[in-house]
Amino acid sequence: MAGAALLAAGCTKDRGIVAPSSTGVTLDFKDDFGVLNYAYALEQLEAAFYIQVASAPPADFTTAERTYFQDIQFHEIAHREFLKKALGSNAIGSLEVNFSSIDFKTRNGVLTIAKAFEDLGVAAYNGAGVRIKSVDYLLLAGKIVSVEGRHAAYIRDLISPGSFANLNELTGSGASVSGALDASLTPDKVLPIAATYIKTKINVINL
Amino acid sequence: MNIVNILEEIEKVDGEIYERLNPRRAAMKSFANMGKKISLAAMPLAMGSMFQKAYGQTTPSVVTDVLNFALALEYLEYHFYNHALVAAPSLTFTAQQRTEITVIRDHEMAHVNLLKGALGASARAEITYAMTDYTAGNTFPTVYSDYVTFLKVALGFEDTGVRAYKGQAGNLLGNPVLTTALQIHSVEARHAAHIRTMLNAAGATGLKPWITIGPGGIGNDTGVAAVNAVYAGEELTTQAGINIAGIATGVTAAAAAECFDEPLAKANVAVIANLFLKDGFKLS
Repeated sequence: MAGAALLAAGCTKDRGIVAPSSTGVTLDFKDDFGVLNYAYALEQLEAAFYIQVASAPPADFTTAERTYFQDIQFHEIAHREFLKKALGSNAIGSLEVNFSSIDFKTRNGVLTIAKAFEDLGVAAYNGAGVRIKSVDYLLLAGKIVSVEGRHAAYIRDLISPGSFANLNELTGSGASVSGALDASLTPDKVLPIAATYIKTKINVINL
Repeated sequence: MNIVNILEEIEKVDGEIYERLNPRRAAMKSFANMGKKISLAAMPLAMGSMFQKAYGQTTPSVVTDVLNFALALEYLEYHFYNHALVAAPSLTFTAQQRTEITVIRDHEMAHVNLLKGALGASARAEITYAMTDYTAGNTFPTVYSDYVTFLKVALGFEDTGVRAYKGQAGNLLGNPVLTTALQIHSVEARHAAHIRTMLNAAGATGLKPWITIGPGGIGNDTGVAAVNAVYAGEELTTQAGINIAGIATGVTAAAAAECFDEPLAKANVAVIANLFLKDGFKLS
């Protein structure tokens, strides 16, 4: 039996099939771990993006922008690592990202994606809050989402001064102009958008 | 949520639902009118007051309390900005600054109207400008004549607002109203970040769009000692028993404090709000 198992593993390796990308990860929304893993997936995506930006900022970034993007990078890394630790053995694996469509060389290219990721993050946390069953986890999500909102406002102001809370642009993501309510999206709306930048297959159950 | 389906489902077990909602048999007309006044996103809030009307059941008082508390804070914020825009001639703005402060003022007004509409007859008494004192007993005598002072007080309101909503989230656990509260919460966070950006542009030092650790390791990064209470606890670097500082290379104590905003209990928020309310109108 041991020999057969080794052989199978060997065959898999020979074919260059890497297990995580073929089977993907599963977000099981039956309980709070599902919601936290959903957040963990999004934070992995954001962290990977900002790590790449901070390691080679666009040439037309100002000094202040380089500094603040470093800050944001460490915020997202901290969120990612915190969620991983909090989830412990319940955590999904590491996701492989696909940033081939992103223009990392120009300020405009980076800011456009940064804005999209931050607004999406805010919408995702706002929309997932009501699914959380533990007061402690809800509070932790609340502690993170307002920081994402601060990031979004900062990046929006860089693109267009005064657009920090331009809710007109976010009505497609559940924002309300008349109520001055921010974006809010359910996981089934968020994940297909995020998946554009994630190579690993994300399976969803019990949503 | 499909509100019409919900009403139809209820009609199956309570054929008089529409009449209960409006005894004058104009229920659907008033429902349609309500739809015009209240956006779809505000429906969870509006539903609460509709069902309260229909069945005389109170929305859980804990929810009403949260919404009334939020309403008081939104009144305070609204009048603060509105007075700056319409009745403070010594306070001068560039056209761009005026536009940006107007955006925030209008958001606060929208929040007031949303909360007031949701609470209906349970809404607290209106707070008018005459009941306020934005100098906080002469702590900020130039709040309506000096641009930077105005922004620093504004920042106190916004960062307090973010903390206040966060502090109440647990009381709305699993309630559709929570989503609306969260949607207000993150708008306040966007305001706070923007006021910080405006302060930076005006030459203030030490402020980032996010709350970092202040001089001496305290949570207050504004350099205004009078607002220490607004930031008490923001210096926290441990979450759920996990030390965030050093959780990965480069995550300093400052980054650890910045990346999580902290809640503030209702009583602590009231102490701050009451600095700006005249005697006889303070929150309990």
